[in-house]
Order: sequence, then structure tokens, then C-alpha cells
Amino acid sequence: MKKTVVMATLAAIISLGIGTTAVADEPVEVSSLRGHNPIDQDADVPNPKRWQRDRAPIERDYVQQPPLIPHSIEGYNINRKFNKCLTCHSWKNYKSSGATKISQTHFEDRDRNVHANVAARRYFCTQCHVSQVDAEPLVENTFKPVEYIR
Amino acid sequence: MNDSTSKGGLWRALRTPTAKYSLGAVLIVGFVGGIVFWGGFNTAMEATNTEKFCISCHEMHDNVYQEYKTTIHYANRSGVRATCPDCHVPKEWVHKVVRKIQASNELYHKALGTIDTPEKFEAKRLELAGNVWRAMKKTDSRECRNCHDFESMDYTKQGRRAMRAHEEGLAGGMTCIDCHKGIAHQLPDMHDVDPSAVVGETQ
Ligand code: HEC
Ligand code: HEC
Repeated sequence: MKKTVVMATLAAIISLGIGTTAVADEPVEVSSLRGHNPIDQDADVPNPKRWQRDRAPIERDYVQQPPLIPHSIEGYNINRKFNKCLTCHSWKNYKSSGATKISQTHFEDRDRNVHANVAARRYFCTQCHVSQVDAEPLVENTFKPVEYIR
Repeated sequence: MNDSTSKGGLWRALRTPTAKYSLGAVLIVGFVGGIVFWGGFNTAMEATNTEKFCISCHEMHDNVYQEYKTTIHYANRSGVRATCPDCHVPKEWVHKVVRKIQASNELYHKALGTIDTPEKFEAKRLELAGNVWRAMKKTDSRECRNCHDFESMDYTKQGRRAMRAHEEGLAGGMTCIDCHKGIAHQLPDMHDVDPSAVVGETQ
């Protein structure tokens, strides 16, 4: 009894193995992220996207929208020790830099306590605010802003 | 009197005109020797004025150099690179020698190992960066202006923000380093410099 079970399992494994080799014989149409380039040759250089030039603030499409960043943020660091954005956008600096000051909401933590300095959950600006490159939209979008802010 | 003669032996020899060599020979030897000495001095000084020399210390190589490699002064579209001495050593001779003499303090701290670990370096970063900012402020950012000259800047070719900042800032007596801190290296903890640009309340 035991022997037949072992034999059957073996047979199953072997036939499985044969099955997979048969599949592998057909050409597989899977392309890796670097395309069909042979491994010993350089991959095609992807067309790099460029930052859009600085411009006036971009209109918002809905009321709660984090405004898009209308300027390049290349090389702007945000870390524990320092936030480049706030050197222009903080309430202390916005006047001299001519930037929009961060809104009241950015001082509120998740328990609705209002702080004197920017709240930790609003510290990493680029979680919500993004700057723009010269890329085409990936999918068609027919979104229209509501009448009240159009 | 007595001991002044023994002490003055070398002095007297230096003061006495030579009887053996002609004035011409003395002049030629002095002239050639001068060139060799001066050339050697300048060559040695220039050798310490290369990026290769700067990053031969692991303090520079492992910290600030790695950070600088990600910035526009290292790699950019036009392929012009500003190396360490371009920003940190004055070009004019007198200022350069003064800076080189100050560097002996850096050798001293190299020997002491003042910043020989990333942690020690980070702890001193505000002080060290502050020294550079102060020096730049005092010289009206002289080393920046070796390459970036306001007179040759076409504001109309700049972005909206840069145009406004350059027009108003420079007219208002500001200098490059006032705004352009941390452009080639990471900044220190800025709590004490501008608390409004760091997370958290310190008071
Ligand atoms: C050198 C100063 C400076 C820095 C640094 C800076 N900004 Fe700005 N930002 C401005 C100015 C000035 C404007 C206004 C643009 C104008 O009116 O020309 C602006 C506009 C914006 C706006 C649009 C506001 C609106 O009402 O539509 C957002 C969002 C923004 N910035 C986010 C950021 C973020 C995020 C960072 C950091 C990654 C950052 N900025 C860094 C100067 C700066
Ligand atoms: C959690 C998402 C989030 C983060 C993080 C965040 N913001 Fe915002 N921001 C918003 C939203 C949403 C708005 C628009 C509604 C409002 O004013 O709160 C806004 C508005 C703004 C405005 C326009 C204010 C006005 O008066 O029109 C500025 C400027 C801005 N943010 C800058 C910043 C900066 C700088 C940071 C980083 C320190 C930051 N934001 C972080 C979501 C965020």
C-alpha cells in the first residue's frame, strides 16, 4: 500500500517535471524592466523627464487639494535636521522670500492640537505636494473642478 | 663683548662681502636658487590645492565628499565641475597663503582625531559649517564670485523665484551664502539657526 503511494507521488512529480520542460520549450514572452536588451549590453536610456520651469501658482481643482508645486524642487532636502521648503514657506520666512505661507492646517496634529511650529504629520511636504515634469498623463482624465472654484 | 663675538660668528660671515666669488656668480646663484625655491614652494602649495589631496583624509572623503557628489557642483549638464579648492581656497595669492596657514589648525585636529568618526563629525557640523558661512559672509562670498558674477547674470533668463530673489536680495546688500547654504553638502541640525525650518518646538 505504502509502496503504491510512493510510486504514484514519484510518477506525479516526474510527469510534472516533463510538463514544465514542455512549456519551457515554447518561447516565453516576458520582458524585464530593462526591455529585451542582452545582459552584456547597455540598456536603452529612458527619456528623462524635465522639471517644468518656475511659474505662477497652479489653479486648484477641488477645495481640499494640496496645491501643486509650481517650481522645481531639485536638490531640496527634507530630513530630521532641516526642511528646505520651510526656509521659504514658513511663517517666519514667507515675507522675505515672497512664497505662500503654509496654511493654518499645517500646525495641527492628529488630535487637533494646534502647535507653534509645523506639525510632524505635515513636515514631509512632498507626501502631499508634488512638482510637475513635462510628462504626458498616463491615463485619460475627464475630471472637472466643481463650479464653486472654477 | 666677549660672547657677542662667539655668537656673532655666523652673523659676521653673512655680513662680510665675499672675497672668493664674483658678484656676478653670487647674483646668478641667487637668481637660479630663488627660482628653484619659489617654484618648489608654489608647486608644493598647488599640490595641496587639488581635490585628490583634500579627499586623501577619510574625514573629508567619507563625509562631505560623498554628499558633494550628489550635487550640481559635481555633475551637471555642461560638465563644468567646481572642486573643493574652488570654493574653499581663495584664488588670490595673499588670501590663499593666509588660508593655507589657517589649515595648520586642521592638521592639528586631524592628529587629535577631533572628527574621525561620522558621529563626531555630525556633532561638530554646526560649528564647522558656521565657520565657513561666517568667512563667506565676511568676504561677500568671494569664492562663489570666482565663477558666478552678478554683473554677468541675466536675471531675465532665471526662474521667477530666482529673478526676484537676486534682484531684491543683492540690491538689499545680501550675499550668495545668505540663501545658498547647504548646496554642496548636507546641512547641520538647523534648530539653532532657523527653528521655523525644522520640525518640533524647542523653547
Ligand atoms: C527659494 C524659496 C522656495 C523654496 C525653497 C520652496 N518654495 Fe515653494 N514657492 C516659493 C515661491 C516664491 C512660491 C510662489 C510662486 C510664485 O508666486 O511665483 C512658491 C509656491 C509654492 C506652492 C504653491 C502655493 C499655492 O498657493 O499654489 C507650493 C505648494 C510650494 N511652493 C511647495 C513647496 C515645497 C513642497 C517645497 C519644498 C520641497 C518648496 N515649495 C520650496 C518659494 C520656495
Ligand atoms: C498631509 C498632506 C500635506 C502635507 C504633508 C503638507 N501639506 Fe501643504 N497643504 C495640504 C493641503 C490639503 C492644502 C490645502 C488646504 C489647506 O490649506 O490646508 C495645503 C496647502 C498648502 C499651501 C497653500 C496655503 C495657502 O494659504 O494657500 C502651502 C504653501 C503649503 N501647503 C505648503 C506646504 C509645505 C511647505 C509643507 C511641508 C512643510 C506642506 N505644505 C506639507 C496638504 C499637505
